[in-house]
Amino acid sequence: MRGPHDVGGLEAGPVDTTTHDMSFWEKQIDALHALVGDEKRGIVPKGQNRRYVEALGEDVYNTLNYYERWTATMSQQLLEKGILTRDEIDAKVKEIRDRLEATGELELGQGEAEKI
Amino acid sequence: MTDATSSGGHGHIHRESGPPQPDDKVHSYYQILGIALQELLIEKGIVSADEVRQMIERRDAITPARGAKIVARAWTDGDFKARLLADGNAGAAELDCPMTYTELVAVENTPKAHNVIVCTLCSCYPRELLGLPPSWYKSREYRARVVRDPRAVLKEFGTEIGDHVEIRVHDSTADIRYLVIPRRPAGTEGMTESELEDLVTRDSMIGVAEAKTPGK
Amino acid sequence: MARSFEAGQAVRVRDDYPPGHIRTPVFIRGKRGVITRDFGEHDNPEITTYELEGPQKTLYVVRFRQIDVWPDYAGSKGDTLDIDIFEHWLEPA
Repeated sequence: MRGPHDVGGLEAGPVDTTTHDMSFWEKQIDALHALVGDEKRGIVPKGQNRRYVEALGEDVYNTLNYYERWTATMSQQLLEKGILTRDEIDAKVKEIRDRLEATGELELGQGEAEKI
Repeated sequence: MTDATSSGGHGHIHRESGPPQPDDKVHSYYQILGIALQELLIEKGIVSADEVRQMIERRDAITPARGAKIVARAWTDGDFKARLLADGNAGAAELDCPMTYTELVAVENTPKAHNVIVCTLCSCYPRELLGLPPSWYKSREYRARVVRDPRAVLKEFGTEIGDHVEIRVHDSTADIRYLVIPRRPAGTEGMTESELEDLVTRDSMIGVAEAKTPGK
Repeated sequence: MARSFEAGQAVRVRDDYPPGHIRTPVFIRGKRGVITRDFGEHDNPEITTYELEGPQKTLYVVRFRQIDVWPDYAGSKGDTLDIDIFEHWLEPA
């Protein structure tokens, strides 16, 4: 049983060695993840996120970038713990989509609009 | 354009200041989802916008300069280096860089051995000393290949390691974090510790590059 | 059963593939190496990831020769790979 994360030794292409600064969005997800997992909140305890990332499955794991994976697993854990509901999340996603569209900040890639 | 992260309102994707960057656009469902989670958690009072902002600032404040300080000290103080190699956490703590949860292992490059670090399972990284990892460190390509063909991967970073030098790959799978002490460049004998720190790059402490040569 | 090993001791990584959250990469299972360092008892991620309580396990650094890990290894004979592995994944070799 090899999970999608367990890639040591597998075939892969050349490394893209260019360094780019983390986007503000990535930093936000990193910070949010740290906060929900801290001792005060303990919603995503240390070491648990990895298990959720591993359970995303090969397709999702390989399609999402690093912080998109964390977003996916964070949403799953918030749902499981009853902190957020699916309806709340869906409504908020649509609200944000509309807002970003209005400000011209939305540039969805192919197939992304259908997921909302 | 309001800046909600500092005004305490809704979570938002904007930077604190400056013109919009190309990556300020939102391209994917999961990006929207991430913003949604943040806004919902703020609305529910589980986190505050201030806490998010402070956490980002706290993480931004941790840069490879911390690791560089440790390396430069190790280059100039043999006793410190010996303590660091024997007990990484104690060595880092001496320079006010405490490790959280994890065990630091400092590994030293020599004329006979070159060290490089990876986490094949996820992206374990000495964040306390180097900040957040570069994207390539988290990539499938690096994680898959550097354990199996380190010389080829290092070449992609422009680093050629001769056959007479043994390569030591360190795969961080559990609670160990590694810091590479690169070789001190030639011609740096008269340099101060803080001048030496400028030669110690992030990549040299991961082991995909050598430290910078002065003047280059 | 907890086992304890000493630095310098030859070990073999269990060649098992159980389900669950495991921090021993698949590529190293069944391979032989040598204990280099002992980091004492640490939380066992296979238990704590489920928010369960369980005994801590000793964490070791094990050094493998690359030519023992990859049959077609292209580098030098002396090249090595260090991995931190919990005691319950190791057996004497």
